[in-house]
Amino acid sequence: MAAQPDIAAAPADGLAQAQSDARARRRRWLLLAPALLTIGLFGLFPLVITLIYSFLSPGTYGGVTWEFSTNAYTQFLFERDIFDDTLAFSTTYLNIFGRSIGLALVATIGALIIGFPTAYFIASKPPEQRNIWLFLITLPFWTNLLIRTYAVLLIIRDEGIINVSLMQIGLIDRPFGMLYTDGAVFMGLIYSYLPFMVLPLYASLEKLDFRLVEAAYDLYATRFQVLRRIIIPAARPGIIAGCILVFIPGLGAYITPELLGGGKKLMIGNLIALQFGSSRNWPFGSAAALILMVVVMAALLIYVRNAGKAGVRHG
Amino acid sequence: MPAEAAAAKTRATDPSEPHMILVDHVTKSFGRGEQAVLALDDVSVTIRPNEFFTLLGPSGCGKTTLLRLIAGFELPTRGQILLDGQEIGHLPPYRRPVNTVFQNYALFPHMTVAENISFGLEMLGKPVKEIADTTARMLDLVRMEHLAGRHTAALSGGQQQRVALARALAPHPKVLLLDEPLSALDLKLRKAMQIELKRLQSETGITFVFVTHDQEEALTMSDRIAVMDTGHILQVGTPRDIYNHPARRFVADFIGDINIIDAELESVSGDRGRITFPGGGTATAQLQTASMRPGRVSLAIRPENVELTDPGDARATTQGEIENVVYFGVGSNVHVRLRDGSELIARSAEVKGQTGDRVGVILPDEHLQVIAD
Repeated sequence: MAAQPDIAAAPADGLAQAQSDARARRRRWLLLAPALLTIGLFGLFPLVITLIYSFLSPGTYGGVTWEFSTNAYTQFLFERDIFDDTLAFSTTYLNIFGRSIGLALVATIGALIIGFPTAYFIASKPPEQRNIWLFLITLPFWTNLLIRTYAVLLIIRDEGIINVSLMQIGLIDRPFGMLYTDGAVFMGLIYSYLPFMVLPLYASLEKLDFRLVEAAYDLYATRFQVLRRIIIPAARPGIIAGCILVFIPGLGAYITPELLGGGKKLMIGNLIALQFGSSRNWPFGSAAALILMVVVMAALLIYVRNAGKAGVRHG
Repeated sequence: MPAEAAAAKTRATDPSEPHMILVDHVTKSFGRGEQAVLALDDVSVTIRPNEFFTLLGPSGCGKTTLLRLIAGFELPTRGQILLDGQEIGHLPPYRRPVNTVFQNYALFPHMTVAENISFGLEMLGKPVKEIADTTARMLDLVRMEHLAGRHTAALSGGQQQRVALARALAPHPKVLLLDEPLSALDLKLRKAMQIELKRLQSETGITFVFVTHDQEEALTMSDRIAVMDTGHILQVGTPRDIYNHPARRFVADFIGDINIIDAELESVSGDRGRITFPGGGTATAQLQTASMRPGRVSLAIRPENVELTDPGDARATTQGEIENVVYFGVGSNVHVRLRDGSELIARSAEVKGQTGDRVGVILPDEHLQVIAD
């Protein structure tokens, strides 16, 4: 109501119009300020610190000394000979990156394979039952990830319930090692991030018009063809969102590989943590974190652009 | 004709009769135990080859359920469905040579017009050349060539309708099922599509099974109509049959305007009966069901068959008074209050008389029907 006199007066007085515009703009910025401040302070500022630290030299007891250096980045790709200071190409850290990306990818695919039928199951329930199922899916989030990972550890360790029961049945006579393997990390990642896959999948499957499925059946499509030609294209936005939501945290996961992988084979998250801990190489830790971020962002940009192109075709 | 209509109602289907679809004592109930809802109650009907057959009835009468049973989206609780002599009642939809035009078209939103139309042929594994040729022919048939590459979301209702038709016709099914396909269109477009549908049916020679609740649509387009209510087929016949000789009160009421008059059936001879009206007067009327016995009955007569005359006219069946005259363009409805208090509508192009006038009412014998409730 307060704006109405301004609008009415506008043609008569251009100056008053400009003033009220300026006032409205100020008000907008004022309302945005808390959010901008929070993002700037806790999002952007730490990133800037990370960027600066990555170009400094490591302090002897942790922290940094304020000397410019690109050592952190060269260290990522090359090994410095301790005697003659020459650089030799080394794949040690690239391997860690590669393994992390591979494990995160496999876990994402695993989560998709498990999550898709789950989401479809929930979406096909009567609306009044769906919320209960969704609640059950999100239930693990109510407990801390560390606790849940320990619980998984207790189940799969040599004295855990699986090995003990198998031995009692007599199928095996000594425990087979599941803990501290890539398989354990893979399973732990799927377990931790499955809800991130199920929820966006559910959101897009729920919107699926079931009459389209009937129409496809009517036009001689078998169950598999209906899935491939109708249901999956309809669920595409959910599949993309779910994969991103599982892949990114999976790539940077720390707790799961640390506990279930035994920290024997490093993943990026553990590598970075190590630099800020016992290795006391903060610049290298910062550089590794930034490289990870750039790689992930570049991959996402390419992915989203391609998905966007495909999305146009979807009308 | 009326005898045939009456017989069709009681006779069970006969597999030796030429048929495209034969629905044989089919019952369909949804849910179990106490909550079970009977959607179709022991329905039998024969749909002939190359016929435009309409299932007509109010919502909830079971017409869509019957269509979905033929399509294979539902399985019958009891009974069987034959297609061209073959039992199909328990086959999945993709094993039946039957295609459906859905009420809201259900076009695939992520495909173009051409991709939608070729979908069925692709799923049948037809050679690429044949798919391309048939798709082009279908686009031409529904006059959509210029929009072949367009996405379906960008089409108008009428265009979507035509794509849905082409998509369902492309695999050349033995039977095309149409589930109220015109109900989402505006009146003008609907009229145009009615003619278009008839054209497509005669050009393709495919048997059409059309579901509608619009009696006018049914009368305009159909070769034969089955009128349904509460899970039963009440009457099957040509539009003329159904309109002129409704067998049941529901059918008479549902199709067009009709006067239903309470009367006394005095005696029966053959398929005709002697009638007396409560307000005085007698007539001879056609009996719509074979097993009619003297007593209170309902008489049906279309408003356009009721004639009004001078009170003293010797031809007058009974007497009444004009209550109201309602003009509607091509003619007027004259509401007449009969002596026993019941109301009757007479329709004519020209009206002599006005509210309050006493009139003689002529109910010609040949248009009077005794119908069952």
